[in-house]
Amino acid sequence: MNKTIEQIKEDALKEIEAASDSKKINDLSVRYLGRKGAVTQFLRTIASLPKEKRAEAGKKANKTKKSLDKAFKEALIQIETRSAAIEDSIDVSLPGRIVNHGSLHPITQITRQICDIFSRLGFAIAEGPEVETDYYNFEALNIPKNHPARDMQDTFYISQNIVLRTHTSPTQPRIMEKQKPPLRIIAPGKVYRCDSDLTHTPMFQQVEGLLVDRRVSFGDLKGILTTFIHQIFDDQTSLRFRPSFFPFTEPSAEVDIRCVMCRGKGCRVCSQTGWLEIIGAGMVHPAVFENVGYDTSVFTGFAFGMGIERIAMLKYGIDDIRKYYENDLRFLRQF
Amino acid sequence: MKVSVSWLKDYISIDKNIDDLADALTMAGLEVESVSDRYSYLNSVVIGRIVEIKTHPDADKLKLCHVDIGNRVIPVVCGAPNAKNGILAPCALPGTVFPNGTILKKRSIIGEVSEGMLCSAVELGLGANSDGIMELKKNFAVGDKLHQALNLSDPVLEIDLTPNRPDCLSVIGTAREIAAFQKTKLTYPVISLPESPDSTGGVSDFSSVTIIDPDLCPRYSARLVFDIKIEPSPFWLQDRLISVGLKPINNIVDITNFVMMETGQPLHAFDFDRLAENRIVVRAAEEGEKFTTLDQKERLLTTRMLLICDGEKPVALAGVMGGLNSEIEQSTTRILLESAYFDPVCIRRTSKKTGLATDASHRFERGTDPNGTITALNRAVQLIAEICGGKIIHGIIDEYPKPVPERVITFSVDSTNRRLGTKLSQNDIKQYLCSIEFKVEKIDDDNLRVIPPSFRVDISTFEDLTEEIARLYGYNNIETTFPLIPAEAAEPSKKIDSRYHIKRLLVGFGFTETITYSFINKLSCDRLELKSDDPKRRLMNVLNPIAEDQSVLRTSLIPGLLETMHYNITMQNKDLKLFEIGNVFFNTGKEDSRPDEVEMLAGLWTGKRMEDSWLFREEHCDFYDIKGAVEELLRNLCITNIKFTRMLPENCCYTKPGYTAQLFVGNKSIGILGEVLPQVLKNYDLKQRAYIFELNADNIIELIPDIKSAKPLPKFPSISRDVTLIVDKDIEAFNIIKSVEVLNENLVESLHLFDVYEGSPIPAGKKSISLRITYRSAFETLEDETINSLHKDITGRLIKEFDAILPA
Repeated sequence: MNKTIEQIKEDALKEIEAASDSKKINDLSVRYLGRKGAVTQFLRTIASLPKEKRAEAGKKANKTKKSLDKAFKEALIQIETRSAAIEDSIDVSLPGRIVNHGSLHPITQITRQICDIFSRLGFAIAEGPEVETDYYNFEALNIPKNHPARDMQDTFYISQNIVLRTHTSPTQPRIMEKQKPPLRIIAPGKVYRCDSDLTHTPMFQQVEGLLVDRRVSFGDLKGILTTFIHQIFDDQTSLRFRPSFFPFTEPSAEVDIRCVMCRGKGCRVCSQTGWLEIIGAGMVHPAVFENVGYDTSVFTGFAFGMGIERIAMLKYGIDDIRKYYENDLRFLRQF
Repeated sequence: MKVSVSWLKDYISIDKNIDDLADALTMAGLEVESVSDRYSYLNSVVIGRIVEIKTHPDADKLKLCHVDIGNRVIPVVCGAPNAKNGILAPCALPGTVFPNGTILKKRSIIGEVSEGMLCSAVELGLGANSDGIMELKKNFAVGDKLHQALNLSDPVLEIDLTPNRPDCLSVIGTAREIAAFQKTKLTYPVISLPESPDSTGGVSDFSSVTIIDPDLCPRYSARLVFDIKIEPSPFWLQDRLISVGLKPINNIVDITNFVMMETGQPLHAFDFDRLAENRIVVRAAEEGEKFTTLDQKERLLTTRMLLICDGEKPVALAGVMGGLNSEIEQSTTRILLESAYFDPVCIRRTSKKTGLATDASHRFERGTDPNGTITALNRAVQLIAEICGGKIIHGIIDEYPKPVPERVITFSVDSTNRRLGTKLSQNDIKQYLCSIEFKVEKIDDDNLRVIPPSFRVDISTFEDLTEEIARLYGYNNIETTFPLIPAEAAEPSKKIDSRYHIKRLLVGFGFTETITYSFINKLSCDRLELKSDDPKRRLMNVLNPIAEDQSVLRTSLIPGLLETMHYNITMQNKDLKLFEIGNVFFNTGKEDSRPDEVEMLAGLWTGKRMEDSWLFREEHCDFYDIKGAVEELLRNLCITNIKFTRMLPENCCYTKPGYTAQLFVGNKSIGILGEVLPQVLKNYDLKQRAYIFELNADNIIELIPDIKSAKPLPKFPSISRDVTLIVDKDIEAFNIIKSVEVLNENLVESLHLFDVYEGSPIPAGKKSISLRITYRSAFETLEDETINSLHKDITGRLIKEFDAILPA
């Protein structure tokens, strides 16, 4: 049996859809609407229909013819614009014109993060000289000459009384000599110890913190450091404080955090202990206050210090401290 | 310090497993670094049964055994007389490391393969018997590991003690801490001495001690033991010493070491018959005096060192090491045993100066118990009498010319709670202090009178006691609180903020920040081709550098950058844009004083201008690239009044004359930039050109204006006119621009140099410079005629000033 006009229309639309260029559309147009086209032929068959059906069938067929005619024209326009666009085009997959951007050293970035956290807690930032007198590096911090505590830090000497500072702690007496309490200070900087191996570089960086006021307690020190650790790592990182010894604090504490790599399960980074030692801290020793003329019956305070490399190692997953100072561009550009 | 758990158990019962014990010690401030089992070396020693035995075909004294080790039978060559069929004995398998350090290997013994070794007790470090292999009870299971079968386990704690706790440098000291946190009692060794009867004479009949320098030696106690026999120590004693890493020597030396490890008091035994006049004199050394210590090295002494002498000569370097001339020998029968308290500072100075650090000096320099000399002395002579069969001479010599005073501390409970943030009662505190043998008396409801024991040399103030309380209460039990911080803004630091701003700008320009060591190679000044009077030669030397190439403090950041360039090129990073901000250090020439520290900013650009791209022709960077970066940096920092001038060749050092500019802000020189001198590149083994800048960062930061004020934008349009001048080649463009600025024409808004050209058709020795001058009025739209006439006027003036001509 011959196809109905609906079927013809359906077939035509499918073929238009599939056609990929204008020639195919023109050919299709002839096949359907041309003199011998399917629609034209269908129109011819109408004459043979019973009179009462002729009018309706004719109407339908003409409508189909019109709509197909429109479809062919639209398809042609679409194909033409598409090909025109291809002629005037660029390869958008090619890399863009290079905008060079360098990078900040990872230690700079972590130092900045640490200082920002303490700034938000109301600490001012200060700095001190890198080459120090024996007085500020040791004596003012209650580390007399010939004290075994001097063994805790391998010192580079320039002359008898001049050293490369072994810690950022000399900024404490330097600031306290100039400023009266209350004070809240954070002091980042380079420090030096004659030690060089997988886990030590002869130069590294620390951040020192000092808060002095009336009625400051060890509990407050715990609070500030807990806030800091939660900010720099996350608030799931737990802390542990354990007794230690620094001549310039009493009581002194070593602060461990739950290993951020294994979450305390034990791994290579934490030597299977689940803990990482990252901050030394304590209540400022009265001898330090006396050296700068603070009234120890009125003021108490706490101080703390941490190694920046260590924190950067944990934050970035760096396993060799020497990488920081080799300055391999492939390393530096990762941050 | 090493402490074995089995030794600790001589004085205290331990109710925790080893991990909990280690943790509790760490939390009490005695950080346990590691725990290891002393018998772990027995891991590859199993119980074996000899199932077949015959004589070695080529050696009568050796036997060929077949040993059943559970999962198989192995051939073992054995020389022990007691090896016989059917017996059980320890069989070490290849890989075993014996206590004497040898490693067992599968080997061939006179033609016969031996895949293991049947061991004696001595070989395994389990006893003194070396007569034959260690025969084991029949009920052990063949193939089981020996240490499991014998239940051998002795964890050893490696404790990293802080320098304030010399009282814990002993097994009893460590046990005391355990007693405190376990809340149990310590059992001290019972000392009872079988002294010789008075009739044979007391100690003072034989000897005397004279202390000439009581400041350096406040106390010297001594005893005599006669009729002793020097022999190796019994197994238990050797075993104790080995367990903590000490080497057994002979019974007397071993006993002194044992007592030192037990009590923390170092002892020294002299051969009494080698002491001239049989007496001891304690005196300071004379300047330049020489003395040969036990290790056979001659030591040069100074006046502040202490010597133990006999009637004629020095016999020991006090507290550090004995002398070769009074050492215990095989033939020794009479000894004088020293137990003294020395001034810690003196011992430390001596140890540092001589480079001699011993177990004794380690304890003396941290502070021993001045009241512990007698106990240790008695403990040692008791053991000597027991072990070496000696006769203890009645009485003790105890010279104590300078008694160490008892410390009495008044201690406020309220102040403690405030310092710690706790709410402890007076009773709590009393209990804590008593648990570590402090004497405590109540003064009133708040105050206590506390007397620390004499071995706690670290306790002298109220604050010291607060640490003890905190430690015993538990740092982690102290409530976490927050300080009350006033809502005051902290002052910003211009220096720190500006430095960071500069870093961010340079990173934006494509530079990567480096940080290099502050110390550099001593040869750096020569490598930079610095003149002999260059201020950068005012170096500070490090007295004890870690390496030759880190032996002086830098006076320039350039060596660090060039070395970083070299390192990166070897790593195939050939295109580099680097910068560093850091301090340099100038020797002031004043003796024993700090250097001038100046913060510098330096950059280096080498290789390509841009990364390789399909868009760009590969182009190498040049002078104008690095200059552009510096100009843009200063523009961003709002620093004006900048001038770059050609640096006179005689002032150039590490940059190439003619390619070096000096940067001025106003009249102040703040740095240089230019191409690195080829010879300098060569000195650093570099083959590609590099451009650098080195500026005084302190100056730059000072010059950054604190206040920026906005200018209103113009309301009227501008008009631009170009002018091209042909001038002498050596006229600097800057001068032409400057001379337009000097005219101070209100209508001249800006000047832009857009072309410089040399070569045909410009005559030789000349160049053309093209400027675009932009004119604008703040009050009106300018008429062409006005501008044309002004432009003509300016052009005319430039022609006149620079002897220029206009292009044809």
